[in-house]
Amino acid sequence: MSAQYKKKDFMSDQLVRWCPGCGDYAILSQVQTALAELGRPPHEVAVISGIGCSSRFPYYMNTYGFHTLHGRAPAFATGLKLARPELSVWVITGDGDALSIGGNHLIHLLRRNVDLNVLLFNNRIYGLTKGQYSPTSEVGKKTKSSPMGSLDAPFNPLEVALGAGATYVARSVDIFTKHLKSQLVDAEAHRGTSFVEIYQNCNIFNDGAFTAFTEKAVRDDRVLYMEPGKPLVWGATTRYGLAIQGLDFKAIEITDEEDPRVLRHDPSNKILAHFLARLDGSDGMPVPVGLFYRQARPTYDSAFADQVAEARQKLGNGDLASLIDAGDTWEV
Amino acid sequence: MATTESAENVVIRFAGDSGDGMQLVGGQFTRTTALFGNDLATFPDFPAEIRAPAGTREGVSGFQIHFADHDIYTPGDETDALVAMNAAALVTNLARLREGALIIVNTDGFGPADLSKARLDSDPLEDAALLAPFRVVKASITTLTRGAVEPLGLSTKEADRCKNLFALGMVYWVYSRPLEPTEAWLGEKFSKKAQILEANLAALRAGRNYAQTLELFQDTYSVPPAKFEKGRYRMITGNRALAIGLATAAQKTGQNLFYGSYPITPASDILHALAPFKNYGVTTFQAEDEIAAVCAAIGASYGGSLGVTGTSGPGVALKGEAIGLAVMAELPLVVICVQRGGPSTGLPTKTEQADLLQALYGRNGEAPVAVIAPTSPADCFMAAVQAVRFAVEGMVPCFLLSDGYIGNGTEPWQLPDLDAIPDIEPGFRTDPEGFEPYMRDPDTLRRPWVVPGTPDMQHRIGGLEKQDGTGNVSYDPTNHQHMCELRAEKVKRLQRLIPPTEIHGDPDGLLVVSWGGTWGAVRSGVDAVRKEGQRIGMIHLRHLNPLPTDLGDILARYDRVLVPELNLGQLARVLRQEFLVDARSFCKIQGQPFLTREVAAAIREEIAR
Ligand code: SF4
Repeated sequence: MSAQYKKKDFMSDQLVRWCPGCGDYAILSQVQTALAELGRPPHEVAVISGIGCSSRFPYYMNTYGFHTLHGRAPAFATGLKLARPELSVWVITGDGDALSIGGNHLIHLLRRNVDLNVLLFNNRIYGLTKGQYSPTSEVGKKTKSSPMGSLDAPFNPLEVALGAGATYVARSVDIFTKHLKSQLVDAEAHRGTSFVEIYQNCNIFNDGAFTAFTEKAVRDDRVLYMEPGKPLVWGATTRYGLAIQGLDFKAIEITDEEDPRVLRHDPSNKILAHFLARLDGSDGMPVPVGLFYRQARPTYDSAFADQVAEARQKLGNGDLASLIDAGDTWEV
Repeated sequence: MATTESAENVVIRFAGDSGDGMQLVGGQFTRTTALFGNDLATFPDFPAEIRAPAGTREGVSGFQIHFADHDIYTPGDETDALVAMNAAALVTNLARLREGALIIVNTDGFGPADLSKARLDSDPLEDAALLAPFRVVKASITTLTRGAVEPLGLSTKEADRCKNLFALGMVYWVYSRPLEPTEAWLGEKFSKKAQILEANLAALRAGRNYAQTLELFQDTYSVPPAKFEKGRYRMITGNRALAIGLATAAQKTGQNLFYGSYPITPASDILHALAPFKNYGVTTFQAEDEIAAVCAAIGASYGGSLGVTGTSGPGVALKGEAIGLAVMAELPLVVICVQRGGPSTGLPTKTEQADLLQALYGRNGEAPVAVIAPTSPADCFMAAVQAVRFAVEGMVPCFLLSDGYIGNGTEPWQLPDLDAIPDIEPGFRTDPEGFEPYMRDPDTLRRPWVVPGTPDMQHRIGGLEKQDGTGNVSYDPTNHQHMCELRAEKVKRLQRLIPPTEIHGDPDGLLVVSWGGTWGAVRSGVDAVRKEGQRIGMIHLRHLNPLPTDLGDILARYDRVLVPELNLGQLARVLRQEFLVDARSFCKIQGQPFLTREVAAAIREEIAR
């Protein structure tokens, strides 16, 4: 905890223009709080966004910021990070931005493992264009562009990230303020692309998309707060634990938190991460939040810098004159 | 008895199957000829497929070289000598030959299977009428090569891979060239493969000896060295010169250069050339697609590096939105477009100049950019340095419009004096006092470049319209008009960096205007018709946006204006619109560069009109 920076050091002078009640406000507040806690000076932080409601984010941060093109923030952020590896770079994106128009850039960012933090605000709708179904909307969703219900099956962002080779995959929720903040602090500590899906309520076009498990009254019964090394348990009154049945999970009632049948969370286990990512609150199963997966793997930006250093060490600083005066030359 | 004649200039074309190594022997002949001191120009002409079906007409790969004892500007119109390694190579190239041309054919490439793959019902070598205008030397090159390398115990396949060197040895004899440069090159290339080296050397020497002892050729030729300006020279392709130019620009700016690119013909060689330049402050990033390539380059520019992206026409189409963002964000960016035949996938390995309007206007909204087009392979060096200078001094994207002909073509390059190239000043601002992201230099209208990480200067940029000065998002109607006009004016003021236009030829009469890679053919055509006593002036435009300040005056001085272009009249359209001049087009859009005689004929026609 650094006393040096306060949340307000990360707040810009611009009027925040999201709809009143939008989940983006809560996320903005937690990002600012997390950065203050991390103690990075604001000028060492760059926030890169694409297009969409969430992508207005950089304007509200008193850091360096670049509001770029729809879906392309990962590519801009990669170029920036390769040019300035010392910066803390945050990519702000949404479900349409990251998974529809920008799907290609997202998967390639994740496989390269550039040291960035990607915050995907998932509200399961297109907000800025006024309410069309998105690549995370449920099948059959009725919107202006799908009056009889949408036909396409949704992406599960976490499974996309795991499939693309992400080295850090986590989820939080806009209104789980404490959880969100600590998840952001943890994400920044990871070297590599930290992918954090944040469920975000769009109260104008998709209100209540997550209330089935985020409402205070049901939250503790439906949400599984995962903690590394701890048993995977949940439930307010009745306690449940995740156990293995065949090649799948089952929920078992427990009385003892240390019940040996219950799985312990191990974020280094990718198979476990895949199973956890598929849990969506149906069939008596919970919705997991927290860290799903973390892997230590060299980052693209450090390997990129290493090659430059190696070339300079082996070949010395390039001498242009000898580069030009090479091959078969002749004198007239 | 063979005699040696002196020739002023010669055009040779090596043609064979894509797998026959014709580009390699063409390259070797070029190298030897350059070292000998001839002026020269080359034109590699190969199929889009890496290995189109062997033996077919579609699979024919050609390499043309024009060399002379005087300045030349083109790879030549008609071929004086053709090496044809198989039937398809012969029949697809006959039309390029002048009367009396020498043809060296590999008779082993004319078997029944070769004829059928070349879609021939009968053997063209038996067609006396077809070959009557030419001097044909028949040699069973494949068989002879196998014989020459036999003592080395190679497989037949390995032995056959040496047959291109046998053919090269024959051509070296005919044109009185030494074997040593190629021998030395082979020695280096196969330094770790003694057997292959010996085989290649044996084939090369056997070819030369075969040609010499059998006296198959009535005459051999020698082309005396050309008179070059004093200096040091080397051969260079356009793509390589461009890469070295970018490395030079990086050092002149004192910043790293970031090249984001996605593989595409004919621009990939720039990526290949830059990738090993890591110790020169050049980094390369092979992106997942064209869009990511330009976006990463802009991200790097935002971070204070020189962001460059390179592609061809289809890639530019994909990058358009991002280039517009660089216009809006006022960040430097160089966009290299090595033009090829279009639209769509078009003719990937053939040349064209049809991306001029795309470079000038191919974006949504009013999005002005600077556009520079190199004149020749060697000129790509200086054009690249200039493109970086324009981008940095204007905080704006600058296009570098090369083409397949320039990119792959080679010519002698007089090595530049590096000290004579002025530094490029990035002008990073680090002083927070009175700083606003869109404050401007009153003369150049440039906004300050501030690198993220600079203390106390945090600010936000993006694609939404900006209020001049503060850089805050602004929907104000009059501000938008002001900003659109300002961005255009900022690019126009880059005219300060453009030298006066040089006029070649006469100050009145017909003005011929060329741009980009057609300079050589247009200049040769102009000179040819001027020799006939016509009054013709010629200017060549390297700067397509902004245009030179003196251009309007020059155009007004001539009775008529003719613009030869490898498109359907794109520059002519620009000149008509900018200067209300009756510029007429001479268009060729066949994937091939202009021939001198085509330009000359168009000039005569225009004069007679
Ligand atoms: S439309 Fe929805 S997501 Fe967008 S600002 Fe309004 S509430 Fe938030």
